[in-house]
Amino acid sequence: MLKTIIPFGPQHPVLPEPLHLKLTVEDEIITGVFPALGFVHRGLEQLVHIRDFQQMIQVVERVCGICSMIHATCYCQGIEALMEIDPPPRAKFLRTLWCEVHRIQSHLLWLGLFADCFGFESLFMQFWKIREKVLDINEATTGNRVIVSVNVIGGVRRDLSTEQMQWTCSELSWVQNEIACLKATLLSDYTVKKRTVGKGVLSKDKAFELGAVGPTARASGIAQDMRLLGYSALDQLDFEPVVETDGDCYARSKVRFQEVLQSIDLIRQAVSRMPAGEIRTKFKGRPAGEMFVRVEQPRGELFYYIKANGTKHLERLRIRTPTFANIPALLGMLPGMWLSDVPVVVLSIDPCISCTER
Amino acid sequence: MQPEIISVSADTLVGEVARAKFEGFRFVTLSCTESGGDSVDILYHFDKDLRLKHLRLSVLKCSTVPSISAVYFAAFLVENEIQDLFGVRFEGLVVDYERTLYLDPEVAFAPFCTVGAQNSNREQTVTQPGTADS
Repeated sequence: MLKTIIPFGPQHPVLPEPLHLKLTVEDEIITGVFPALGFVHRGLEQLVHIRDFQQMIQVVERVCGICSMIHATCYCQGIEALMEIDPPPRAKFLRTLWCEVHRIQSHLLWLGLFADCFGFESLFMQFWKIREKVLDINEATTGNRVIVSVNVIGGVRRDLSTEQMQWTCSELSWVQNEIACLKATLLSDYTVKKRTVGKGVLSKDKAFELGAVGPTARASGIAQDMRLLGYSALDQLDFEPVVETDGDCYARSKVRFQEVLQSIDLIRQAVSRMPAGEIRTKFKGRPAGEMFVRVEQPRGELFYYIKANGTKHLERLRIRTPTFANIPALLGMLPGMWLSDVPVVVLSIDPCISCTER
Repeated sequence: MQPEIISVSADTLVGEVARAKFEGFRFVTLSCTESGGDSVDILYHFDKDLRLKHLRLSVLKCSTVPSISAVYFAAFLVENEIQDLFGVRFEGLVVDYERTLYLDPEVAFAPFCTVGAQNSNREQTVTQPGTADS
């Protein structure tokens, strides 16, 4: 059979961001994949030589808007570790709360896009309708809907009143009820299962071998969740990673769906155990030394390497985002798939090229 | 608390990485940073049961180091990134973009490597007095 090379992306109806794959196909079956990046690479890491270590919070928030809170939390934790700053307990709980709100809105965004990629427009609209409510929570509690900018070195810049936290919980109850209504459609509908079950299978061994992270790894049976490190207030909350074993697109959507409910539970726990007190620790000095920090983004493990030399500018900031780690795993999923299944499989890793091309 | 980092040489790198894989470590990523003068540090990060292991390889800028992508396939992408941004070449890369992962083919310099720029300036500074003497 004659081999044909078909370009997938960087402009494609299912891709909101520019990822390019050169697909080698034989009779519409994928036999090889070659990824190409660099269409929107911004070199944000080099801004450490222009922005000081406190201004860099605003930069890392813009690596990815969808998980800006989690980028900033990771960065602040790294600087705090270098400078031996211990944020107040209330600040840690508030960071956890907003990080989980971000996880909910990111997963809802993905669940909608995933439904859209196989043509289920009404399911897409339902998930995004729910997501609007979560963005309302962001706006009401931080003043911004997406890039919330509440992190500072040593804590957070905004506090929440008891009424605001109760209102957040009541809004999340509405979200939980609405999501429950969509569960049967997402997980039991014939057309959804037809397009997702058995597609893009990644075995547990293969996921480990290819360095998969986040829901992609957990859907293949690897109970790997950086929240188990207990950063922020997560060491005081109860949760277990959501794990599925089938390793296909269906399992990945199931993991993310369950993680929305898990995040709602974590927020309720954080609100019920929220300690009173300050939200920010004052500090003096500048960071020096090397530090490695990891947190769990909606898409998986986020890794920061920070190198500081005691001046106001960092020497090096290296950001390894989860999509970057999941691209080799994607290359392992696609061979053997029908060409028509490529959009579904690509979307199933929740690719964020904004993160990847930081 | 500063993290523990094990220093390796180019000769022992692949052996150490293979041992990490044998011990069940997951490949996390590589980080590259300038370490003063004409050298760069390449840090190799691995994870097992939420515990990180780091290796540090110090090499001269623009030198060639062995690729670990034959041991951990997932390393090919970040090794290509370091080739683009820092100018270090990886020998034995399973997928080699030849410094075009992020850069256009005509770009000759390494955008994240200020050492090269400093060297160019230094050369100019050295040659200017020579020119004056002549």
